[in-house]
Amino acid sequence: MSARFEPITGRYMHLDLFGRPHRVYVEEAGEGTPLLCLHTAGSDGRQYRGLMNDARVTAKHRVIAFDMPWHGKSSPPAGWHEEEYQLTSAQYTTMILEIAAALELDRPIVMGCSIGGRIALHLALEHPERFRAIIGLQAGAHVDPYYDLNFLHRPDVHGGEVCGAIVSGLVGPDAPEKERWETLWHYMQGGPGIFKGDLYFYKLDGDIRGRVAEIDTRRCPLFLLSGEYDYSCTPEETLAVAKSIPGSEVTIMKGLGHFPMSEDPQAFLTHLLPVLEKIGRG
Amino acid sequence: MIETLRERVNGDEGLVRRGRYLTTTFLLEVGQTCWLIQIFEGRIVSVASGPFVMPSSSFALRAPEEEWKKFWSARPPPGSNDLLALVKRRVLKAEGNLQVFMSHLRYFKEALAKLRAQGATA
Repeated sequence: MSARFEPITGRYMHLDLFGRPHRVYVEEAGEGTPLLCLHTAGSDGRQYRGLMNDARVTAKHRVIAFDMPWHGKSSPPAGWHEEEYQLTSAQYTTMILEIAAALELDRPIVMGCSIGGRIALHLALEHPERFRAIIGLQAGAHVDPYYDLNFLHRPDVHGGEVCGAIVSGLVGPDAPEKERWETLWHYMQGGPGIFKGDLYFYKLDGDIRGRVAEIDTRRCPLFLLSGEYDYSCTPEETLAVAKSIPGSEVTIMKGLGHFPMSEDPQAFLTHLLPVLEKIGRG
Repeated sequence: MIETLRERVNGDEGLVRRGRYLTTTFLLEVGQTCWLIQIFEGRIVSVASGPFVMPSSSFALRAPEEEWKKFWSARPPPGSNDLLALVKRRVLKAEGNLQVFMSHLRYFKEALAKLRAQGATA
C-alpha cells in the first residue's frame, strides 16, 4: 500500500494564557468559515479527525481544533510538576477567546463536546457576539458526580487504564470498532490527573443551571446535538436545556454516544451537515 | 446462566491476559440471589450461588434482577448498556474495597458483559 497524507496540518502556537507562557498544538484543515472545535475532558483534538478528513465539511469550512494545555501535544506550563491541574470556567473561556483571537478567526462557529458542550453554553451566555453560531454536543447544564473521581488519579490504579474504562460505555453500540478504540486510546494517553482536573469544571465549577435560560439565541444561534446512549449527559438533560432556551434547536442522535465526532464520524455527519448548511444560509 | 461466566471468561484469552494481576473474590447480587465469584490471575475458578452464612469478598455489586436482565440483553437500551450507566442511575451499588474493582474496571465490565446473549459486544 502506498503512503498517503491526510489534508490536516498541525502547528505549535506560543501564547500567554492566564499570565503564563504556553505552547499549544493546533490542527486545521479546509478553507472557508472558521469552525473551532473543542475536545472532551481528558482527550485531545484528534477527536475531530473525521471532520477534518471529510470534504463535505472542509470544502466550505476551515476546521480548527487545539489541544487544551496539559492535553494531547500541548505542553503543561513550566512549573506544572508542582501543581494540581484543575480547569475552571474562567480559564476555559479565556483560553478559547485568546486562541480564537490569536488565530485571527472572524466570528467562528464554535463547536464543543461534553466539557466543550458545557463551555459552549457559557460562551452563548457571556460572549455571543464573538461567534456566528454555537454548537453544543452532549451539552448539559450540570452533571452530578456518579463515581469517586479520586480513582482517576492515584498510584494504585493505572490512570490510562481507568480513564479508558470509565468512558468505554459512553460510546454508542453501533460505533465502528476502529473508531471506538481510537476514541478510548486518546483517554488512555492522558496525563496523570488531567481527566480528573477537567471534570472539576464539568461536575463542580461549570454548573450553569441557574443561568442557562438567560441565553439569547437572537444574539447567536444555538444548536444542541446529543447521542442517545450518553449516560453522562443524557438526552433528557440536553432536552431540558433546549426547552429552557427559546430559539435553540435540538437533535437527539439515535445510536450515538458521548463522543459522536470521534466514535462514529460518518453517522455524526448525517446530523451535523444539515446544521452547518443552515448556519451557512444565515 | 451466571454459572456460565467461568467458561465464557476463561475462553477469552485476551480478557484472561488483561486480568493476570487480578486475584480476588467478589459478590454479585442479582435481586434476591447472591453469587460469589472467585478469580485467580484473571481466570474464574468458581461461581458459587448463595445463600451464604458469612460470605467474604473484596467488593460487592448489587442490583435488582430486572436491571441485570436489561444489562444482559443482546442490545441493552440506553442507561443499561454499561456498569457505570447503572451506577449513574443509582440502581447498581458498588460496595467494599473498590480499588480492586476500579483498577480492573475494563476486566469487570467485559467479564460481566460476557453474560449477554452470544454475539453481542460489551
